[in-house]
Amino acid sequence: MKIEILGTGCPKCKKLYENTLSAIKMTGISADVEKIEDIAKIMSAGVMSTPAIVVDGVVKSSGKLLSPEDIATLIKG
Amino acid sequence: MKKQSGIKLRNQIIIGIVALIVWIALYLNLSLISKFITYSLLPLEEGAHFGASLEFFFFDVPKVFMLLTLIVFFVGIIRSFFTPERTRKILAGKNESVGNVLAALLGIVTPFCSCSAVPLFIGFVSAGVPLGVTFSFLISAPMVNEIALVLLYGMFGFKVAAIYLSTGLFIAIISGWIIGRLKMETYIEDWVKDTRAPMLSDATTPEAWSERIEYGVSAVKEIVGKVWVYVILGIAVGAGIHGYVPEDFMASIMGREAWWSVPIAVLIGVPLYSNAAGIIPIVHALLEKGAALGTVLAFMMAVIGLSLPETIILRKVLKPRLIAVFIGVVAFGILTVGYLFNGIL
Repeated sequence: MKIEILGTGCPKCKKLYENTLSAIKMTGISADVEKIEDIAKIMSAGVMSTPAIVVDGVVKSSGKLLSPEDIATLIKG
Repeated sequence: MKKQSGIKLRNQIIIGIVALIVWIALYLNLSLISKFITYSLLPLEEGAHFGASLEFFFFDVPKVFMLLTLIVFFVGIIRSFFTPERTRKILAGKNESVGNVLAALLGIVTPFCSCSAVPLFIGFVSAGVPLGVTFSFLISAPMVNEIALVLLYGMFGFKVAAIYLSTGLFIAIISGWIIGRLKMETYIEDWVKDTRAPMLSDATTPEAWSERIEYGVSAVKEIVGKVWVYVILGIAVGAGIHGYVPEDFMASIMGREAWWSVPIAVLIGVPLYSNAAGIIPIVHALLEKGAALGTVLAFMMAVIGLSLPETIILRKVLKPRLIAVFIGVVAFGILTVGYLFNGIL
């Protein structure tokens, strides 16, 4: 599984990245987490409000800081 | 699943009603509570500078936080119906004048953080939202702030709140319209035009009412958690002005006769960066000491509407000339509002 965190480096984006890491630990799912800060790349994913989380190429949530629990249900489902 | 969320919603409503009753009871007795803390619990004399400052502080801190919590919760629920993606869909393909008005109105309710100003700007422009309409949104989103609106209402009543709302919208609509007329599309950074941003179908918004309530609660946690420092600082400055600055002192330097006070208020306001919630207590104290409403309004709008950090962020997508026009037009609008209200009120 590939998880990308899209954000321009704001505090919320960093927090979402950390929450994602702890969600992965919680669920025990193996996944690559990548932080994407390049604005052109963020735009080409069609995301307008950061932070956003992309799982295997699909935008799952944008403009929202999800909790580790939210992310866990998101990557399990 | 459905039954579960029904029970959840019922519990949320019960908790909500109880909380609201406690809220109202406390709110109505704030003046008594602040007097009690200042003059009964602490060994202070009524009428002294320090006591007056402290009483102001103990009155304003709970008042602002209580109003803030309530507003942010309800605004959070309203916002759970809006996303930037949805707003873009509404604005794309609208012609300019109607678009400017709509964009300014949507700027109030669409969740927006200045850190996503860049992706939002690109997203709007690449989806065919006219440049001027995009600016109406970008100007209105920080300047017409719902927190400021309700705090103004709570502290100064309907008239001041209505003036703030209508002039803020007016500046956003007109400034965006002017920028549109100036045809400045060539002053967008070149790389933006090459960026192709696909229109996504709507991103995640809550569906069930219990989720919307949760969205409201998390908005309270997030926003109050972020702005409380500004609020306390703002109230401390306000309390200092309240207790130590002589009555009508502000009338001479920020009063109606001092024509130069409006541009100076704007000049001081732009580099100052504060949250809307933090600036209101200062506004409160300034007005109380005889500052003119137009001047104070101009100061407040300059602080929250034209912020240096946001301008620096926008520089990534806008060439210097367009940035300068943006600041110039908005500053001019704020000045006009300042003079207008000093003149007629």
